[in-house]
Amino acid sequence: MSTSVYSRLEPLLARIARPVQYVGLEVNSQVKDWETTNVRWCLMYPDAYTVGASNQGLGILYEILNERDGLLAERTYSVWQDLSALMRESGIPQFSWETYRPVRDFDILGVSLSTELGCTNVLEALDLAGIPLHAKDRTEEDPLVIIGGHCAVNPEPMADFVDAVVLGDGEEAVLEISRIVREWKQARGESAGNAASGTGAGSGSRLDLLVSLAATGSVYVPQLYDVTYGDKGAIASVTPNREGVPAIVRKWTLTDLDAWPYPKKPLVPVAETVHERYSTEIFRGCLRGCRFCQAGFITRPVRERSIDSIGDMVECGLKATGYEEVGLLSLSTADHSEIGPLTHGLTSRYDGTNVSLSIPSTRIDAFTLDLAEQLSRNGRRSGLTFAPEGGTEKMRRVINKNVDEQDLLATVEAAFTEGWRSVKLYFMCGLPTETDEDVMAIGDLARKVIDSGRRISGRRDVTCTISIGAFIPKSHTSFQWAAQCDPTVANQRMRDLKQSIREDKRYGRAIMVKWADALPGQVEGLLARGDRRVGAVIEQVWRDGGLFDGWSEHFSFERWERCASEVLEPQGLSLEWYTSRERDRDEILPWDHLSVGMDRDWLWDDWVDSVSEVSVGDCRWDGCTDCGVCPFLGVSIEMGPTGRTLGHA
Amino acid sequence: MPKHPPIQQPPPVMKMLVKYGKLGPARFASHRDFARVLERALLRAEIPMAYSSGFNPHQRVSYVNPAPTSAESVAEYVILALRSVSEPDDVKTALNAQMPPGMPILEVSALDRDISFEASLWNIGLNVDADGLARIEEALAFYESVEEILVTRDGKNGPRALNVKAAIQWIEAILPATLRVIIKHTEPLVRPEDVVSALRGLVPDLDDGFPPRTSRQAQGSVTELLGVVQGR
Repeated sequence: MSTSVYSRLEPLLARIARPVQYVGLEVNSQVKDWETTNVRWCLMYPDAYTVGASNQGLGILYEILNERDGLLAERTYSVWQDLSALMRESGIPQFSWETYRPVRDFDILGVSLSTELGCTNVLEALDLAGIPLHAKDRTEEDPLVIIGGHCAVNPEPMADFVDAVVLGDGEEAVLEISRIVREWKQARGESAGNAASGTGAGSGSRLDLLVSLAATGSVYVPQLYDVTYGDKGAIASVTPNREGVPAIVRKWTLTDLDAWPYPKKPLVPVAETVHERYSTEIFRGCLRGCRFCQAGFITRPVRERSIDSIGDMVECGLKATGYEEVGLLSLSTADHSEIGPLTHGLTSRYDGTNVSLSIPSTRIDAFTLDLAEQLSRNGRRSGLTFAPEGGTEKMRRVINKNVDEQDLLATVEAAFTEGWRSVKLYFMCGLPTETDEDVMAIGDLARKVIDSGRRISGRRDVTCTISIGAFIPKSHTSFQWAAQCDPTVANQRMRDLKQSIREDKRYGRAIMVKWADALPGQVEGLLARGDRRVGAVIEQVWRDGGLFDGWSEHFSFERWERCASEVLEPQGLSLEWYTSRERDRDEILPWDHLSVGMDRDWLWDDWVDSVSEVSVGDCRWDGCTDCGVCPFLGVSIEMGPTGRTLGHA
Repeated sequence: MPKHPPIQQPPPVMKMLVKYGKLGPARFASHRDFARVLERALLRAEIPMAYSSGFNPHQRVSYVNPAPTSAESVAEYVILALRSVSEPDDVKTALNAQMPPGMPILEVSALDRDISFEASLWNIGLNVDADGLARIEEALAFYESVEEILVTRDGKNGPRALNVKAAIQWIEAILPATLRVIIKHTEPLVRPEDVVSALRGLVPDLDDGFPPRTSRQAQGSVTELLGVVQGR
């Protein structure tokens, strides 16, 4: 049995950049006994350690699995090319960060796929691990390769490479999968070890395991579904190819978040990582209904964690880590029903210490002066970021981001009054129905923000950063039928915006425009709404050397475009067919058999409403709109207020 | 930018000298990595650290000659400024419970004076084949016969030449294929890798040419370190 590769790896580490990222050593990392556990997971975030080690989702699953008897979880991340080249030369496989054990020794490789641009890194890890790239070539000797995470809600481009897919919340899913794998291993007469004998479709075969997983109705096994295509390229049918395999696979939805207070003891890395703070999710889901937002649609309904549960998590988390920053995470943090009492309670609890609070970008209409004050106590303050997303009232109606200009200006005034001198605003470019003028209007809005800041502060050094990127239509959203904007058009609009502000003497130095190239978005768009035929493009790109596509210095649009045309054109398809083509109502979408609970007709009506600039309300306050999630999934909104407050810990 | 005045922090009342190690895989941690690890360990261990004043107060920690990334060490030092008087042994125990594997706290003592170390004793393990030790001996004989050995190293302001021999106070070869060397802390600092580069310049096929495995054994005055190597 193979064990640690460290002795062979160590001399290689001395020859590469930032070797510390490969040696783990994190405080709170866990090494369980291999021999006394029977279902062993290797959890992977398919990006560099500096990004992956901060991932909240993977950290939660890591703790949940390791808390259970009989289960074990270690971690692995993507290896940069300097090390992977040396590893291939020396025959060292992809390994786990805890014990440097080959990934192929584990029962399950669980990959958190949160961005389309991580796909090539998954292929690289499989290859480096010595696991056959295609699911159909794997045997009982190979780990089960499972993907989850937001990007897995349309897993079809990855269908050839993965054995199973989990949609939705992972907490209960990993435990159920563990149970099924344990039973399967026991049926095979092996209580420990990974050794297997025989292949094929007998009792205890790999296929048996896959069918058991699929039979739950909440684990998607792509190879158990056949896909056919019509003459115009669109999908003609998606059908289960075995009895007992359901036609529709549904997502996992965790309820009662207070019963799942993870992470309790998150990893504290030795190497530098992107987020160095204790983060807790104060609620999951969002019902604001922004039409572009995949995260919102796929995580319905809202499930709040209660104020005291959050307080306990923060207290324990800070003690366990030594971090001095607390991140209150969610899709729209200021919408928590007790955000006021919560932030007050935390700031007074940690008064006189160096602990500071931070929140992700905030909805303009939910932000208050009071919240601004809580974020700036103790002499520290983090940056303020708002996300109006659209520059004109019209665009904000199209995307259902129902905030008007007065809301925005009132909010930034509150921030300037409280002493902030700079704000950051997020926008999107290339939204449906958008014109050049809609994007130029972003500049007018920023000028008004600066005027307000100068007036309130009486100073000239007020700044506003506009961060703008190209919109990418995603699966399971109201815009899943929309045409993606041509990247040259989007880039031109963003360039013109930047130019017009730069040439403006009164504001040119106060407003900074940071825009992200729309070309990578074209590839994200291909992968976000692609079908199984796109898998061959990913493979070709990886074989051509494509890796770390989320890093602009490694991403090559030219390579993706070339590989896409080589693979797709012989089939009468193209990159544009997948991205800039508007779909009609009847077209079978590649993810139609995968349900996050949203009613398809509701989404279509919302798409029609979008184009006619009709808003839809938030069912927390404005009444149910029959989106279908609660009845389909058998869940309901879980929210406060509880009326409780935080005492001293 | 903020309108509130920064919080004034209480002044330190005592300093402690902490000796620690960087062993095994932990040798790949850089000085900055170690600093982050220590800062959080101090917080978890609830050591009563003094803080700097200002809008972004940080713990008052000063580092003494940190070893380069990838070097092992059993003789690293850091000075802590505390806001209340504490027992060195208690600090050692509390801190050791919070350090990651491979970064042990070896000694903690009260410090009432400034401290600086004149030199370091290093072990440098070379990757060589069967005749390796003979070639190392050959390199050392060659080394004795020359006045100076210049090594070029890339720095922030471009390549700079170091006279390695001027910094070496003592050098010998021991089994298995290991150099023991006392290097004086000069400016610019001569690192153990520079010693190997110097010897490679004298005997080109000295070793496999990859980074050697370096390990700091002690820091102190040249006299103290000569005592260590000669008194064995």
